[in-house]
Amino acid sequence: MAGDDSYLRIERVTKRFGAVVAVDAVDISIGAGEFFSLLGPSGCGKTTLLRMLAGFETPDEGEVYIDGQPVSGQPPHLRPTNMVFQNYAIFPHLNVARNVAYGLRKEKLPRQEEDRRVEEALEMVKLGGYGDRRSNELSGGQRQRVALARALIRRPKVLLLDEPLGALDKKLREDMQIELRQLQQSLGITFVFVTHDQEEAMTLSDRIAVMADGRALQVASPKEVYNRPTSITVADFIGQMNFFEARVSETAGEEAVLDAAGFGRMRAKLGGAALQPGASIVAALRPEKLTLSPARSDGAANAVEGVLEAAAYLGDRSHFHVRVAGLERPVAVAAQDWAVGGGDGLDEGAPVWLTWDNDSVILLESERR
Amino acid sequence: MSRAAAFYRPNRPLLVYAVLYLAFLYAPVALLPVFSFNDSIYAAFPLQGFTTQWYADMFADEAMHGALWNSVKVGAVAAVFATILGVFGAKAITRFRIRGVKPVLGVIMLPLVIPPVIMGVALLVLLSQSGVQLSLITVTIGHILICVPFSIVTLMASFEGFDKSMEEAAADLGDNSWWAFWRVTFPMVFPGILASLLLCFTISFDEFIMAFFLAGTEQTLPIFIYGQLRFPQRLPGVLALGAMILTATFVIVFLAQWLRGRSPGVAQSGSE
Repeated sequence: MAGDDSYLRIERVTKRFGAVVAVDAVDISIGAGEFFSLLGPSGCGKTTLLRMLAGFETPDEGEVYIDGQPVSGQPPHLRPTNMVFQNYAIFPHLNVARNVAYGLRKEKLPRQEEDRRVEEALEMVKLGGYGDRRSNELSGGQRQRVALARALIRRPKVLLLDEPLGALDKKLREDMQIELRQLQQSLGITFVFVTHDQEEAMTLSDRIAVMADGRALQVASPKEVYNRPTSITVADFIGQMNFFEARVSETAGEEAVLDAAGFGRMRAKLGGAALQPGASIVAALRPEKLTLSPARSDGAANAVEGVLEAAAYLGDRSHFHVRVAGLERPVAVAAQDWAVGGGDGLDEGAPVWLTWDNDSVILLESERR
Repeated sequence: MSRAAAFYRPNRPLLVYAVLYLAFLYAPVALLPVFSFNDSIYAAFPLQGFTTQWYADMFADEAMHGALWNSVKVGAVAAVFATILGVFGAKAITRFRIRGVKPVLGVIMLPLVIPPVIMGVALLVLLSQSGVQLSLITVTIGHILICVPFSIVTLMASFEGFDKSMEEAAADLGDNSWWAFWRVTFPMVFPGILASLLLCFTISFDEFIMAFFLAGTEQTLPIFIYGQLRFPQRLPGVLALGAMILTATFVIVFLAQWLRGRSPGVAQSGSE
């Protein structure tokens, strides 16, 4: 039963193709009007899960509820969902207006009313007046808009989007992300968005389900997924991350003292994690949470000495690799206000200090990586 | 000089071979229209003079009219039925995950390699054993059998040429499979369907052996022509008829091939 306030509920859904488990006991609740993303690398099961919401695949186990109704027995044409396909699936034998009006067949509207609805839908995606265009005269971005209008004209309860921006170039994609978000907020329709692009998922979503190997590893807001990943896989997939093998040497109140290879002692906030002294864990640190300085500065909870191995200036920020004795890989550091080389004396090969706060350290369970 | 350039250089011996091959293939066929305008009842050189008398004679022949009409009826019905079966078969093969689809496809394609004599005799035995009267209907059944493989091959290209997600989009937008077929699949594969109809019609129209075994008292055009050959003085008329059939067949087959390359879905998948 979907007893909570969730609007779209995916309950322990499993799908197998032969011996391959494409979706493995996934449990997700999505609220009404939420922009929800399924994020993961290709082959993680996100598209299969979306296709089960649309009705193109049936779950082997589990059930999907939309607005409280179980939908597993419903074929695609009876579901209150509509989909924007990855390649848009614009019907080539119909013009733009006929494409958009395609889903209105059962409503049997008078011609004028239908034309009005079509124009309204086209204006919504900023294609007003394009109705007479042939579908092969459209650019990639326009095709995407037509697909969106065609799906939205049916006023679905849930709109499913299968990597709709994947085929567009970077600039257009970023514009469409903003538009898509605005559209979703003005319509208040629940969006389920599949993407492999973590930046896109972060930009658009209220919440994200990070998927890998058919499982939903973490379901949380973009901020939480970024700052409080619950597993090494999630931490590794979202943004950049430094990982350090460590052992818990003591815990005191909210703080733990770790013994990390190459670092010696490292202080970390526990953040609710129950860790026993002696436990093997992995400490994770975002590159931008590390502060780079030419000399040791006091005050920070953690500090380590290293050698600047490589530096790259990217305009709005700079990336550094710092070699720390005893570590296999150099530590990645990102900073906004460090120029590379020149006046600040940060030349490659220079000795540097890294400092960071104890609450920047993310403690993760050890797992095989 | 790169290997690729050497590969694309014109190759004279191969060109000669190609020309000879085409001449061998089509020269006898080209002689047919030539003799059909020759003012002599013997199909032999030297040519005697130009006449359209053989065409006039043939057009006036009542028996020919009957045979032509029979062939058109059989061809049309066989083409429609073979194409309907072809649509089902091609859709099933290209769209559904079927266990053992390869062997099934092999069995469907079998009539392409079984000699028509064997097929004709086999059908004759079967039909007469089950007490079915030989008629144009039995000829049609035989022709459907040999047309279906051609129809399936033609239509499979059409079905494979367009993206399965088009049909899914139709379903997603509220169409059950019947509506989705009429509103999306059918328009997309329509050129293929037309090509299949034309191809099957010509196959049936030209077919002799099966018709020879399975026709009762009513004859199709090829059987009529075969009958005419017993009378030497009828030969020029047969040549005239043959020249016309040849022309019509060429036109229809070229049309079918042209249509096959024109599916909207084919262009679609090329741009992705």
